[in-house]
Amino acid sequence: MILLDRVTKTYNKNLGAALNRISLHVEPKEFVIVVGQSGAGKSTLLKLLTREERPTSGKIIVGGIDYDKLPDKDIPLLRRKIGVVFQDFKLLPNRTVFENVAFALEIVGVSTKEINNTVPRVLEIVNLKDKAKRMPVELSGGERQRVAIARAIVRQPKILIADEPTGNLDPKHAWDVINVLEKINRYGTTVLLTTHNQDIVNKLKRRVITITNGEIASDRASAQYTEKTPIPRERM
Amino acid sequence: MGRRRTTFGRIIRTGFVYFIRNAWLAVAAMATMIITLTIILFSLIVNATFSNQVEQITSKIDISVYLKDGVTSAQAKSFVAAIEKLPNVEDVTYLDKSAALRVFITQNANNDKLLAAINETDNPLPATIKIKPRDLNKMNEIRSLVTKPQWQKLQSDPISDSGERRATIDKITHATNILQRAGIIAVGIFALISVLIIFNTIQMAIFNRRDELQIMRLLGASTGYIRAPFVVETIIYGVLSAIISVLIINALFITASSSLQATSFGLLDISYSQLYFQEHYWRLLLMQLTLGILIGAASSVIATQRYLKFKTPKK
Repeated sequence: MILLDRVTKTYNKNLGAALNRISLHVEPKEFVIVVGQSGAGKSTLLKLLTREERPTSGKIIVGGIDYDKLPDKDIPLLRRKIGVVFQDFKLLPNRTVFENVAFALEIVGVSTKEINNTVPRVLEIVNLKDKAKRMPVELSGGERQRVAIARAIVRQPKILIADEPTGNLDPKHAWDVINVLEKINRYGTTVLLTTHNQDIVNKLKRRVITITNGEIASDRASAQYTEKTPIPRERM
Repeated sequence: MGRRRTTFGRIIRTGFVYFIRNAWLAVAAMATMIITLTIILFSLIVNATFSNQVEQITSKIDISVYLKDGVTSAQAKSFVAAIEKLPNVEDVTYLDKSAALRVFITQNANNDKLLAAINETDNPLPATIKIKPRDLNKMNEIRSLVTKPQWQKLQSDPISDSGERRATIDKITHATNILQRAGIIAVGIFALISVLIIFNTIQMAIFNRRDELQIMRLLGASTGYIRAPFVVETIIYGVLSAIISVLIINALFITASSSLQATSFGLLDISYSQLYFQEHYWRLLLMQLTLGILIGAASSVIATQRYLKFKTPKK
């Protein structure tokens, strides 16, 4: 489903590579956790997958799409196949919770009737049904995070990338989110999750990829996360 | 087809929603558009008024050629025919001696002494050919024809367009030329400045919302789908601003004519300005609308462009 072949990304030659010759293969329907300290290259990896950034060298193939052969005009089509929960949520500030989630469906031309049907159901999954008409500024960090998740899953993507979706949540809500991700995974979506939360990693018992200084330090099935858990950066 | 209609409807609706939710930004952007569009409209009307005044002045200028008493009507006719052939001649009138007298009497109807003196004598006025030129800048063509020896010998006096009178006409011609050119340049400069200011305002408005554009981009929205509601929003700005600018000018005229009782302001003939505005009301409104819509739409297309680019590989 996701294939990276010796991928290197250098932003600034003086600073060295953010990712250095990373090779990775994720099977369809797999649930993969990516761990690593801040600045290790997790976000760069995700940005490469959404084609927000281009690799300096190496090959990326996601869902059968070879990024080298992907013309700019087809990038939107690629992104519609991938659901992304951004670390900083990236909600549309001028739209309500409902409209934010609906937007993901609007851009693929889903009918209004279907949107009115689907969006409330997804908001129910993330427990935000009663806040559908709120604007993002009126929500707490955790609520915004859940809107972002609702938006990412509403299209039922083949691949879901979640960048620290539990970063701002208390343990109970964090587990709610993880449970949603597991549920989606059971329905057949490949999930790529990055997290700092040792507890989650240990309890999930899924494949864990550790990135250190832009390189894959370990890639183990059902690993225990033994490193000292770094303190996550505060995000708004 | 249904899907396309759904998308189109959404774009229009979103444009209106943006307009309402960004009301303050809209007010700021529109204030700029209204002011600049009003200035363009105003300068256009002023220019039209000055042009009209210039035309009124220059239409009074003609050249009179005075014929000797002995000139036969056949000679006079061939002279007139020769003048009529000139491309710069708008109109030629031939007045024989008695007609010239009649014109003179009507022109001096208030001057009893002069009329009495005229009655004392035989008709002292020469037969006259009045030439109305098309373009004051090309008077030389007419001058050189009438001063050719073959025609010169028919004339009793130098033509009216000579000496001091000629110098004055030249001055008027010169001044009106400058006035007309200055008017066109002023309208052009105002229009250019307006376009730049409006463009800048829209650019700032969109700069404020660049995150929104980038988020939509990341979610996989196509360029058109992201951009179109912004274009719709700026078109709304343009339409409203154009209408308001016309209403402002309208209000100015109403104030000037009713409460100030003014018919002119300095050199500006307000009553003509108002007449011009009223006669061309719909055309001017249409022009303002076109201007507002075009500048608004073009500005938003250009301004969004930068935030919708994909990262291309560095070579």
